[in-house]
Amino acid sequence: MKKFINNVDDILVESLSGFAAAHADLVNLHLEPNFITRKHKAVNKVAIISGGGSGHEPLHAGYIGYGMLDAACPGHVFTSPTPDQMLAAAESVHADQGVLFIVKNYAGDVMNFEMAAEMLPFENATVLTSDDCAVINSTYTTGRRGVAGTVIVEKCVGSLAEAGAHLQACKALGDKVNSRTASMGVALTSCTVPAAGRPTFDISDHELEMGVGIHGEPGRRRETMRAADAIVSDLVASIVEDLTVRNIKTAGENEALLLVNGFGATPLMELYLLYNTAAKLFNQHGIQIARSLVGNYTTALDMAGASITLCLLDDEIKQHWDSPVHTAALRWGK
Amino acid sequence: MKTPLILSAAASIQTAILAHESELESLDREIGDGDHYINMKRGAQVVVEMQAELATLTPDAALQKIGMKLLSTIGGASGPLLASFFMSMAKSLKENGDDTIVKIAAAFAAGVDAIRQRGKADVGEKTMLDVLIPVANTFQSLAAQHADTTLICNTLMQTAEQGMLATKDLIATKGRAAGLGERAIGHIDPGAKSCQLMIEAVCTLILDSQV
Repeated sequence: MKKFINNVDDILVESLSGFAAAHADLVNLHLEPNFITRKHKAVNKVAIISGGGSGHEPLHAGYIGYGMLDAACPGHVFTSPTPDQMLAAAESVHADQGVLFIVKNYAGDVMNFEMAAEMLPFENATVLTSDDCAVINSTYTTGRRGVAGTVIVEKCVGSLAEAGAHLQACKALGDKVNSRTASMGVALTSCTVPAAGRPTFDISDHELEMGVGIHGEPGRRRETMRAADAIVSDLVASIVEDLTVRNIKTAGENEALLLVNGFGATPLMELYLLYNTAAKLFNQHGIQIARSLVGNYTTALDMAGASITLCLLDDEIKQHWDSPVHTAALRWGK
Repeated sequence: MKTPLILSAAASIQTAILAHESELESLDREIGDGDHYINMKRGAQVVVEMQAELATLTPDAALQKIGMKLLSTIGGASGPLLASFFMSMAKSLKENGDDTIVKIAAAFAAGVDAIRQRGKADVGEKTMLDVLIPVANTFQSLAAQHADTTLICNTLMQTAEQGMLATKDLIATKGRAAGLGERAIGHIDPGAKSCQLMIEAVCTLILDSQV
């Protein structure tokens, strides 16, 4: 293992401290329990809080700020945060309009957020993201996993909350975006969890893991490495099949947001190459790419690979995707 | 039930977990994600470090405090599950009292039921519940029959051992090994193993203290 580390036990706090210092105009860092909030507390709106294991940066702290999250709770690397973090974050950012938790569907995250929600002394609701169509059940979860599509949910829900919508309306939009979103990932190499010190899985130069999760957990199958277009073709086919099976794609609604997300060790040059093919292939399926996002938005430490996420737009989702946002990792219109 | 027993049990559990480091680690490497031993060790450690603040509390208050501490310390899925056990056991003792073995068995069963509900799992899914549910059922029926402490402890240790060994032949449908499908067959579930170790540690402690 070769990584920028001083002491393995200090990685999280040192990284969070660096994040807070680099974005001191946007965020405040709170330690023990660990959570990050907006620099200036929002008033008179639903508080949007997310969180999860670390190692997926910029998810979630990178999305704190105007038009998106109010707070994020980072756990240890690939380990869910604990309820005391969520309670402290909620206490800090709630503005008497309730709290909405956005949680990726993994057993640990679900249980810890569930306990926080039960203990929270004010109105709250939860949106569970489950956009990964790779596997029905994975190592880490019961049901579909929440992956890069979570960014789209956080963006749209954050926008609606900023506009002053009520808690249940925010939850409804989050559920809707999640239901119209599908993701599929592929890994070329494993990631290495710092505390473990060795790669999570073995994979040769001639192999890829199709349907990999964002912790390097196994996907659909191990396959032979091949040309990018052939890989993208399989990813796109899985997504189209998923949306078709779930009966999401309907006539007259054919505009979509295409997110090509890097897992941490794949250069942007390759991500754009993937986007080029993916957009054309979706077009052949009658889906017009009306919005796009390409980059490292939901990573898996140093894993090489990428995921493709498609979100079928409607006027409401498009409006909230386009609205102004000012966070460390997403910023436009303001 | 008395608080000093809880404190001694915590120390016995820590000793048992530490003594089985390599076994728990290798079980978890085979069908989990390799962090089970570290999490259990961290949980046992923080509870043992709470001895001074727990000593003055009633048993239910001590168990509640242990649950809250584990909840904010362990993380992942095992944190909420173990915390739910202690907090529900505490609630049952607080509401019903802790002066008879029947009430203690009922509180233990309430704790196990909280794990079942929180994890949305049941017997036969290759998890800690394959040990805990049979133990809770046996404990309650022996308590109802006024069995003596020696018989209860010996029977519960056997029940835990059987439940733990039975996970070897199961396909996992819940917990970390779910998704491995038939690849998980032939491996004992690490969560079941650590629960069996904890039950053995506490029963042995009680048996030894009788002599």
